[in-house]
Amino acid sequence: MPSFPLRVAGAVALAIALPFAVSACGGGGGGDENSIVIGTKFDQPGLGLKNPDGKMSGFDVDVATYVAKELGYTPEQIEWKESPSGQRETLIQNDQVKMIAATYSITDARKEKVAFAGPYLVTGQSLLVKADNTDITGAESLQNNKKLCSVSGSTPAQRIKDKYPGVQLQQYDTYSACIEALKNGAVDAVTTDEVILAGYAAQTPNTFKIVGKPFSEENYGIGLKKDDTELCTKVTDALKKMESDGAWKEAWDKNLGPAGLAAPAPPTPAAC
Amino acid sequence: MNSEVLPGFTVGQILEAFWTTIQLTVFSAVGALILGTVLAAMRLAPVPMLNWIGTTYVNIVRNTPLTLIILFCSFGLAQTLGITLVDFQSATSIEDSNFRLAVLGFTVYTAAFVCETVRSGVNTIPLGQAEAARSLGLSFGQNLRVVLLPQAFRAVVAPLGSVLIALTKNTTIASAIGVAEAALLMKEMIENTAALITVGAIFAGGFILLTLPTGLFFGWLGKRLAVAQ
Repeated sequence: MPSFPLRVAGAVALAIALPFAVSACGGGGGGDENSIVIGTKFDQPGLGLKNPDGKMSGFDVDVATYVAKELGYTPEQIEWKESPSGQRETLIQNDQVKMIAATYSITDARKEKVAFAGPYLVTGQSLLVKADNTDITGAESLQNNKKLCSVSGSTPAQRIKDKYPGVQLQQYDTYSACIEALKNGAVDAVTTDEVILAGYAAQTPNTFKIVGKPFSEENYGIGLKKDDTELCTKVTDALKKMESDGAWKEAWDKNLGPAGLAAPAPPTPAAC
Repeated sequence: MNSEVLPGFTVGQILEAFWTTIQLTVFSAVGALILGTVLAAMRLAPVPMLNWIGTTYVNIVRNTPLTLIILFCSFGLAQTLGITLVDFQSATSIEDSNFRLAVLGFTVYTAAFVCETVRSGVNTIPLGQAEAARSLGLSFGQNLRVVLLPQAFRAVVAPLGSVLIALTKNTTIASAIGVAEAALLMKEMIENTAALITVGAIFAGGFILLTLPTGLFFGWLGKRLAVAQ
């Protein structure tokens, strides 16, 4: 039967193509009347993490859920979309998401592309070391050929290169890879925003510790479509409410508390 | 060199990143050409054990994702087995180690493709030639060196060019273990300027500038060296 392999090939091609056709209909747009598409990280423990059972957890996720609630959406109506750092502006500009809460630092370069509500969280670059490390106590102890790890091309990685030339920098694609290198002893410390480090420290308590004071300031905001002032005002109001009614501190304690970081005073969101 | 393309990034920086890309490509290409030819010889040899080793190597390596191979070099070789290819005390140990591990990974991966390309070149040579050489008393090694490989290489210059182009583009994966080549600078620029399309265009253009002449050169060379049969 010479046509058999062809038929099999056809069936395989169809099996591969069909899901694309279906998702092409379902994926587009910023959500219909009854749902809202929110972008977040899927791989950042303590901030935005997609768990093996498919549920989302983390501080960013809790903030976004609260804001969505204030906008009139139940948690079931939220459709989460993964937003890796490099794609966040594009996702907003193309209307693929309504808003993004994904460790999104407010910077001038980004403000030219998107609008921000917030900040809802102020953090800064810090250092994560093994629990038994006594060498590294903070940014001032970064001398003598210490080995640090951060994510390729990220702002914290660039800051280390520019400001601490006495340090060797290992860059990996993901923080998980850096954490693995820290466990193996290939690097002395992992460096990035304190809350991100806290998320990893909280995953395996008593293995790592955060040392020193943050040596930069990052303001996390919720990314929105530029010039959508109405939405921006609503989101800002929701953030203010979240901070005043205790939900903000609750979210912090739940997601980042296990790392041993006490909840700071929440920042005041700027006017739109 | 110091004029800024985008805020905070100079032409010099971009050229420097592409220079690393070129270095990665050249070192890996030389390594892969040597290892690939040895593998091809193994697959052609009249020794079943060598055939088996060559075939197994090619089938395993070319079917493994390159990212996995590169990450294995960093985590498996360097961190777990301690093969860092560098003096651990040196002030640039991380940078050097990453670069050398990346070259090793690309060499190992590309060699599988070079092997298959060279072997296909050998297959273009009429069987009678190898038989004639054997009947004249040439050993397998002599046969390969004097009769088969010189003709085979001339037949596969253009396809080897394709392998080189693929290698050039594959080097972007080295940013996964922190080699400061073009893709890593691209990530930095996107992070700082949020100008995805402009930055993407700059680097796409850079790679085209590298690969297009490579392809044209190898195409021309292939025609020039072709063996009339």
